[in-house]
Amino acid sequence: MRLDEYTRLSATGLRRGIVAGDFSAREVAEASLRTIEATDGVIGAFNQLTPELARAAAEKIDEARAQSVRSGEDPDLALPPLAGVPAGLKDNMNLLGTRTTCSSRMLEGYESVYDCTAARRLIDAGALPVGKCNMDEFAFGSSTENSAFRLTRNPWDTERVPGGSSGGSAACVSSGQVTISLGSDTGGSVRQPGALTGTVAVKPTYGRVSRYGLVAFGSSLDQIGPFARSVEDAALVLRAIAGFDSADSTCVNIPVPDYTAAARAGIADGGVSGLKVGLATGLLHADGCAAEVREATLKAADIYASLGAQVDEVELPSATHGLSAYYIIGPAEASSNLARFDGVRYGHRVSDPSDILDLYMRSRSEGFGPEVIRRIMLGTYALSAGYYDAYYGQAQKARTLIKQDFTRAFCDFDIILTPTSPTVAFKFGEKSSDPLAMYLADIYTIPVNLAGLPAMSVPASLCPSTGLPIGVQIIADYFAEETMFRAAAAFERVAEFKCMPAGNHSQ
Amino acid sequence: MAISEKQVRHVALLARVALTDEQVKSFAQDLNSILGHVDSIQQLDLDGVKPTAHPLDSINVMRADEVRPGLSREQALKNAPDTDGVAFVIPRIIGPGGEA
Repeated sequence: MRLDEYTRLSATGLRRGIVAGDFSAREVAEASLRTIEATDGVIGAFNQLTPELARAAAEKIDEARAQSVRSGEDPDLALPPLAGVPAGLKDNMNLLGTRTTCSSRMLEGYESVYDCTAARRLIDAGALPVGKCNMDEFAFGSSTENSAFRLTRNPWDTERVPGGSSGGSAACVSSGQVTISLGSDTGGSVRQPGALTGTVAVKPTYGRVSRYGLVAFGSSLDQIGPFARSVEDAALVLRAIAGFDSADSTCVNIPVPDYTAAARAGIADGGVSGLKVGLATGLLHADGCAAEVREATLKAADIYASLGAQVDEVELPSATHGLSAYYIIGPAEASSNLARFDGVRYGHRVSDPSDILDLYMRSRSEGFGPEVIRRIMLGTYALSAGYYDAYYGQAQKARTLIKQDFTRAFCDFDIILTPTSPTVAFKFGEKSSDPLAMYLADIYTIPVNLAGLPAMSVPASLCPSTGLPIGVQIIADYFAEETMFRAAAAFERVAEFKCMPAGNHSQ
Repeated sequence: MAISEKQVRHVALLARVALTDEQVKSFAQDLNSILGHVDSIQQLDLDGVKPTAHPLDSINVMRADEVRPGLSREQALKNAPDTDGVAFVIPRIIGPGGEA
């Protein structure tokens, strides 16, 4: 098979081929590694490649298949659900045998000493870990331009950003270097790059996926979620990584349903008939929402109506204040979480400290980039004596109102439809000099993290003026990921979006 | 409420980051611009609203207090900038020359 024949297959397609003996997991691993070698000079999705880990995982799959054939078993029953599927991991997830840098000088060369639960589960489910993906430093950003190491380019237009902070995880799936990847989403860091790269991108309910081994940003907001090129693949990955973990006290003990069955139910006839869809009309007229994005969202609502769903307007009056609440709560939590980087136990240390205070202060200013320092300063200020009530206290109350908006809405609706990002992918440098303009990129995704709900971005169409992908966001009630996947799959089938750009990024 | 450069220096000390004079100026500007936007929260009627610290209702998740495997000394020291083989090494913090 030609390289792109492997890399264009879905996760289920790859597994099917391996089960049938059409090709081996090792061949798939090599195809992915060779594609990355040929294209990553342009795309820049990876901070580190881990060919030995990918090959070892592939050999395990091939051995399991050979064993089942020898013993007369059905290989379909013997192989795990993501057998032989090449995967990228955001570089803030620990994995033994890899460096975990968070794209920061602070952690350059940091070697993981334990495994992130979600990454471990992905590999245990048969995925082949080919490398660690570039990101905005410590996940602060919406373009991946804040990486200390490299630019990641949008495979649809290499003059543009892939979104962020999980830009590398989005770009490697969109460009066909891998089939699936994991990112982390604190205010939209999976969904926004998903929209900008034309990939399916999921943020599960807070507590659905363990955060153990994920370098913490905003502990009450962070969730790990998958990127894929189809709703069914994303459902398959979430099923593999979700579920209780005693190592994360915020990870809930609720059974994990069969999300792929839910996705398949969505594409069956009448799969969404009677589904109550709330269209967040008010948010469509927020400042900065591009006309093409608004139209794509309205068209998505029309698609649901044509499939027999009941579409009505939903009011989320407090959601517009989400950005303000988030830019207090997120930095406040981040400033606490990043206090651990003090140049003592790990991370960068200044070479000639005069005393311990000097060691702390200069190690941190040398190790952290400007956006990281900006967020730490903002968070420290919001938590400092005299300002705590005015900022952090008020933001927490605003968070209550935002959560109540959604709770009320889900009494009347099964899903809520909004744009994922107010614009298509923007050019490098377009927003990087104005922090506030960059923050506005997450205006539609942030309220969802504040409430802790599940949501996903599904590619809707190509923007008529730029040819770039536009995503719509489907938000569901707490732990109602099945409803979300059902709705997403139904939409995906009608939207008929091809999740890979046509361009050739080989050098 | 505008943040002065003096406040920026105070916050930088609290946050343990060393800033150049130039950075103090630019962070004062950035923080004022961001907080100017954030002040829109004051438009909401928040009287009597309870704060939300966490999206789920779960509180105080407990587990049995049992001994479990943890990192070995070697693993814990693996990424340290300076060690003597058994502990992290830092500049002297008490006694002569260390008043931090």
